[in-house]
Amino acid sequence: MNIHEYQAKQIFAQYGVPTPRGIVANTPDEAVANAKELGGSIWVVKAQIHAGGRGLGGGVKLARSLDEVRTLASQILGMTLVTHQTGPEGKLVKKVYIEEGADIKKEYYLGIVLDRAKEMPVIMASTEGGMEIENVAHDSPEKIIKVAVDPAIGFQPFHGRELAFGLGLAKEEQSKFIAFASALYNVYIEKDAEMIEINPLIRTGSGDFLALDGKVGFDDSALYRHPELEAMRDIDEEDADEREAGQYGLSYISLDGEIGCMVNGAGLAMGTMDTINHMGGTPANFLDVGGKANAETVAKGFEIILKNPKVKAIFVNIFGGIVRCDRIANGILEATKMVDVHVPVIVRLDGTNAPEAAEILRNANIANVIAATDLADGAAKAVAAAKGAK
Amino acid sequence: MSILVNKNTKVIVQGFTGKEGSFHAEQCLAYGTKIVGGVTPNKGGTTHLGQPVFDTVADAVRQTGATVSMIFVPPAFVADAVMEAAEAGIELAVIITEGAPVRDMQKAKAHAVKHGMLTIGPNCPGIITADECKIGIMPGMIFKKGRVGLISKSGTLTYESANQIVKEGFGISTAVGIGGDPIIGLSYKQLLPMFEADPETDAIVMVGEIGGDLEIQAARFIKEHIKKPVVAFIAGQTAPKGKRMGHAGAIISGSAGTAAEKMAALEDAGVTVVVSPAEIGKAVTKALKK
Repeated sequence: MNIHEYQAKQIFAQYGVPTPRGIVANTPDEAVANAKELGGSIWVVKAQIHAGGRGLGGGVKLARSLDEVRTLASQILGMTLVTHQTGPEGKLVKKVYIEEGADIKKEYYLGIVLDRAKEMPVIMASTEGGMEIENVAHDSPEKIIKVAVDPAIGFQPFHGRELAFGLGLAKEEQSKFIAFASALYNVYIEKDAEMIEINPLIRTGSGDFLALDGKVGFDDSALYRHPELEAMRDIDEEDADEREAGQYGLSYISLDGEIGCMVNGAGLAMGTMDTINHMGGTPANFLDVGGKANAETVAKGFEIILKNPKVKAIFVNIFGGIVRCDRIANGILEATKMVDVHVPVIVRLDGTNAPEAAEILRNANIANVIAATDLADGAAKAVAAAKGAK
Repeated sequence: MSILVNKNTKVIVQGFTGKEGSFHAEQCLAYGTKIVGGVTPNKGGTTHLGQPVFDTVADAVRQTGATVSMIFVPPAFVADAVMEAAEAGIELAVIITEGAPVRDMQKAKAHAVKHGMLTIGPNCPGIITADECKIGIMPGMIFKKGRVGLISKSGTLTYESANQIVKEGFGISTAVGIGGDPIIGLSYKQLLPMFEADPETDAIVMVGEIGGDLEIQAARFIKEHIKKPVVAFIAGQTAPKGKRMGHAGAIISGSAGTAAEKMAALEDAGVTVVVSPAEIGKAVTKALKK
């Protein structure tokens, strides 16, 4: 689960990670009131969406008067912000964060993520703050300092020194930076974060280190022990269909193609998409029905797939293990009665009781339902059906 | 022979009397797995599925001589269960549970390593040595005895692959579902040399997925150390580029974890890489008939 910048900064504040002061606003009036409350003569108006690259997309602007705060907040609220992380459709901005202006002397990058190979969190720091860190990693990897921290011992002063010397910080800058990194590590561990990224981390004229931005993603499997994080969930940032599917235990992601897919298991679902693609078709979605495919979930799956007007055929590819194929075949028949399935459905059921399942589908003799013998056969038939429908 | 488990392996089940644990333990017993007991706190001294129940793993190990534990406890208790098994002297823990927090698994895995306990999973179908020992949730009848070793991140692709290999007239020596979570136990790199050394395995199939760099590490290892033919499939060639928030994950491994990158590395290591899982069976036939 991801959260907004303003929420990340609330968490940072609780852990002693310094940030500029700011207040979130839902309307231009609120934005102006917030700016007044913060005081000063310069503010930053920042679009709150779950994506990076907001500045380049026009979602972060500097205001030098309260009038300008109002104008900019009016512009940004309600705009559809397109960045390299939103996809071409962009995201609607519903909140802006009003933040006091900061005196930036130098920009850095600081991130924490799990190193899967080392099986420990690793802190990454760079002097190339404010840049696309992926480009830095590609062009000058030596400019990214990586320090793994064994959670069994936690963040120690030597970890801090490795980072500080790696960044070339002067003696008087070190202690504030190390305190910052140490506090951020505590956020990562105690909140079960999956990823924290601060870009830029700034050093001010008075020598303080501040998180000018903050992106945090959390481990979904650990949310059960963090109700305070669950409360920060913004469902406007989540795809409505994906969310609805999730409520039925289905994992769904919409794509651009024409062949709807319903598969058990994420690996087989991806493999099915790959096979369709390889045979000259295009998948319309990723849909993993999980281990509990029954009439209700299959019907729900059909319903969600068919919301997409581009879908010209559906490929149901189930490898029955513990779940018996004959039950799934009956589930599919039930589902076709519950939902108006107006495109060809290619069904491949393999595994436990597959012959019985084939028999059930044959006897039902539904015009739209086409049986397939294996993955290759099913994918070929689905591709042909989608092409025939054009 | 085969790897890691066989008909003599003594297995206990943690979370034995729960719904999932009961159902699958019964299936494993029916397959012929030597399940010698189970652990459920406060149910010690009772009998379940005809086997003794113990309060602690230490008791179970002491009284049954079990060396392997199959773990079905709920996600919030997985780390505790794994660490208990490690300290009780279990040699291999097969963690089926899905949805364990990453931080918990990090701690549990580090403790397992410290005590010399191997782990498989979490969030995986388990391990099966055909016709001898099934420790997990896979449908046993698909895995006919044969001479192909199978390593897979994905559950259903394990079944799909095994099914195709059997249909081609071959069979499976041992199949291991390693799971695809951020922290996992045994991976390709540890399992490949076991299959290489197993006289009952002639070829190896590895099924990977996008994300992480385990397949890249495997490719490097294969190039140096594996002489037996390897067939690989990487799922997710057409997966959409995720709408990500940050970039940190890609930077740390130095690779974006794309299918194309993994496939190229494996091909460079002399592996037969197929573009669709539908081609795994035929590729195995070709590799074995060379």
